[in-house]
Amino acid sequence: MGRLSLATWLYIAVVVSAAAAVLASIPAGPEPNGFWVVCAALALLFLVCDSTPIVLGPRQWAWSPSSAATLAAVVLLGNRGAVGAAIVGAVAVFSVRRVRLIERLFNGAMYALAGYAAGMTFHTQGGQPFIQGLGNVDHVLFAKHLTSYATFHASLKPFAAAAVVHVLVNHGLLWGMLLLDRHSRATARQAPGWGVPLLLASDLGFAALGLVIAALWPVLGPLAAAIVLVPLYVARWAMGQFAEQQRAHTATLRALCQAVETKDFYTRGHSERVSRGSGMIARQIGMRSDRAEAIRFAGMLHDVGKLGVPTKVLQKEGRLTEEEFAAIQLHPMRGLEIVREIGFLNEALTGIMHHHERMDGRGYPMGFAGHEIPEFARIIAVADAFDSMTSTRAYRKATRIPEAIAELRRGAGTQFDPKFVDAFIAALDQEGWGLQEPAQPRGHEILTSQDHDDPIAPLRVVETI
Amino acid sequence: MTARAAEQRWLAWQTIDTGRLVLLSVTSTLVVVAVARTTVVPFYGTRFVAIAFGLYIAFGELLRLVLPGGREAAPIAMSAALSYAMVLRVAGQHWPQVSSRPVVVNRHVVNVVMNGPPLQVVLVAAAGMLLGSLPHIAAGRRAGLTGMSARLVAVACVAFIFHPLSSHLLAMPKVAFVVMAILAMLGWLIETVISAVIRADDLRARYSVTLADELRVQWRLGLAVGVAAIITVFGAEVMGIAELAVFAGPLLVIQFAFRRYAGIRATYLQTVRALAQVTEVGGYVESGHSRRVSRLALAIGRELGMPEPDLLNLEYAALMHDIGQLSLVEPIPGGATLLVSPAEARRIAEYGAEVIRQTGVLDAVAELVRWQWLPASGGLRTPPLGSKVIRAANAFDDLAGGSVDRDRTAAAVDRLRFAANTEYDPLVVAALAAVTDRLPITRL
Repeated sequence: MGRLSLATWLYIAVVVSAAAAVLASIPAGPEPNGFWVVCAALALLFLVCDSTPIVLGPRQWAWSPSSAATLAAVVLLGNRGAVGAAIVGAVAVFSVRRVRLIERLFNGAMYALAGYAAGMTFHTQGGQPFIQGLGNVDHVLFAKHLTSYATFHASLKPFAAAAVVHVLVNHGLLWGMLLLDRHSRATARQAPGWGVPLLLASDLGFAALGLVIAALWPVLGPLAAAIVLVPLYVARWAMGQFAEQQRAHTATLRALCQAVETKDFYTRGHSERVSRGSGMIARQIGMRSDRAEAIRFAGMLHDVGKLGVPTKVLQKEGRLTEEEFAAIQLHPMRGLEIVREIGFLNEALTGIMHHHERMDGRGYPMGFAGHEIPEFARIIAVADAFDSMTSTRAYRKATRIPEAIAELRRGAGTQFDPKFVDAFIAALDQEGWGLQEPAQPRGHEILTSQDHDDPIAPLRVVETI
Repeated sequence: MTARAAEQRWLAWQTIDTGRLVLLSVTSTLVVVAVARTTVVPFYGTRFVAIAFGLYIAFGELLRLVLPGGREAAPIAMSAALSYAMVLRVAGQHWPQVSSRPVVVNRHVVNVVMNGPPLQVVLVAAAGMLLGSLPHIAAGRRAGLTGMSARLVAVACVAFIFHPLSSHLLAMPKVAFVVMAILAMLGWLIETVISAVIRADDLRARYSVTLADELRVQWRLGLAVGVAAIITVFGAEVMGIAELAVFAGPLLVIQFAFRRYAGIRATYLQTVRALAQVTEVGGYVESGHSRRVSRLALAIGRELGMPEPDLLNLEYAALMHDIGQLSLVEPIPGGATLLVSPAEARRIAEYGAEVIRQTGVLDAVAELVRWQWLPASGGLRTPPLGSKVIRAANAFDDLAGGSVDRDRTAAAVDRLRFAANTEYDPLVVAALAAVTDRLPITRL
């Protein structure tokens, strides 16, 4: 969250005061024995869960099983459940995550309200508390467990209702925030591919964990809360490892692509920028996030096959012979050969193979036309040509962005897919391209004198009769 | 059956090692005895409980996952089987049974199923595992007999120890909790030791090394499996069987997390393998060189008893050891770094290390690539073991060039032996000789 608008301030104020009202309405009468023990143990559980979420994706997308603690309170405390859950939820204010005070207040209020609503639902639906006569829990007796089985069974439906209410209130209040706050919205757009439904489902799953904690409580006491955490921590570790490996993977791909580019001074950074440009188009047309990720990889790897083209050909000045031109035309296939075994690329492979096809069918290697060309390839073609034009080459200076855009427009329909040209231009308007400092060769680099990507100065081939 | 098919079948049989053979025979004996017993002794407890746990185990077996290093695991199945071995009571069983004790609670007659006899546990677990492996077989994947056997033996041990204790533990939930925790750990240890023995056989690695690797890779998942089993046991007591399904959510979260982790590890390796070929496509090295060097380096590393994390770094480094050649304007003839001057080899190695260091995450790998030009007795400093392995493997491949001709490989090894102590580490050369003597390089 950056600067908050007035509406956001008002919204937060309303939510916080509602929570305060709920907490203040608690009658001051003495709580039953053991009430505070349960509250304290579950509040601790809540804090631990809230402070160590399972990170799923970029930014703030994370699973936090903290709702299990709130719902366990609802089930364990019976008619005092709403109050207990509100207290447990309000603990979110003390989260150790580094968030601003205003966010803390909002989170605490949100969870307190959700807990209170869940508790009221459980109670009005006729749910029975799992711990009767709190304080003298005597679980040595055999019959005791069976009583709690009867109780358990009677509480299933009220619990389900309470869990749904909890999820609805929680996400409803969050939605309000998302609608009002621009920065939160930007975060929300980067949701993992399977998005909101899975998030809701997993929240319900974690809520069910609250029921497990409550069921184990008569037997194990507060230990129940502790052992339920163990499997979740293992899952958290695995997700952490996943995220780390994924970062390492991307970094390695990038570094290897850069190593390939060092062969040619002027194309340095080209694959990185094509990757970014393809990603911009993908976002603009609302591509699913896993496909958008794949196309960023495809953009990064699209020219890796250029390594198979002899340096002599790349450096040649003047017209190319038929054979030399054929060697250049082969580079998408060479690229495919290298990356074919990388399983996750799937669709991205088609993008790499066909990124030099043209809409009018005069491209290579297959001479596909129109919609025969895979979508990924049509997207990469736009970003590729644009970056080539706006970069400095040995034989010309960088074209300025408006002229490059005009060139893209001219090629729309013949060389490029107009749909993606429009999307790219719109994305450029919103996000910009970032200025590059013109590269200055230091003398010992390999300089190529033509660029196969450049639509302004296409490769010149010796005419044969 | 054609002669070729017969030969292949024989070869497949030949690859079954002693450890695996012993394990399979122990398991089949267990299962046969368990089946024989049920024909004599009536089934204990309600069938519903047995079937429910059997299905739970089958479900877990269906959701097997492959952990990094190609290990197959079935955490949910293992946890389900352990909980069936240790279950004390199952609430909510309203079927009158011969062997269960009727209890009157709140005017309901409730039958309580106690812990089942060990051989019945073995039977239910075996049936569940087999059922769960059927879809895998139908889909053309491996049946995973070895993994299932290891799990079954572990579960049987736990069941045999727990059953005599179970009636004493009924009234002491806290003590029962501790006993279960100890037994779950024991079960995990048994499974781990068995898989370590099998793995040592498969990879021709040292047993102590594979055991340490196995413990390191598996302990977190093992912890989750054990705790989930205990939660299931106590949950069944309060919640009954069908309602235990609410616990499926967290288990699936773990499954999901580990699957993604294992997936990205595999992808990472694939990517590095593929991109290491850029030097081949660019005509810098002979085709297949990086792949062969990495395979040979891995085998040598194993022979030398390197632990798994080091082996992974070694594999990455061996795959990318020639990446520095990308800085050359003109490729070396045949890509053989054996043919260039030490100064040039050093420049290539250092440039390659620089490229790898750019990733920001593979510093250990970069270090291995950086020192590969240094002779074993370089004087300057002692190169890390991985670098020495890569240096020897690379030289061997430059000399033998992927040939399977025994005379040629033997000559190449002799050439390396000749320069042992000065150019190459004698221990590494000895390991290389042992490895190449055992199998032709294509089958490593």
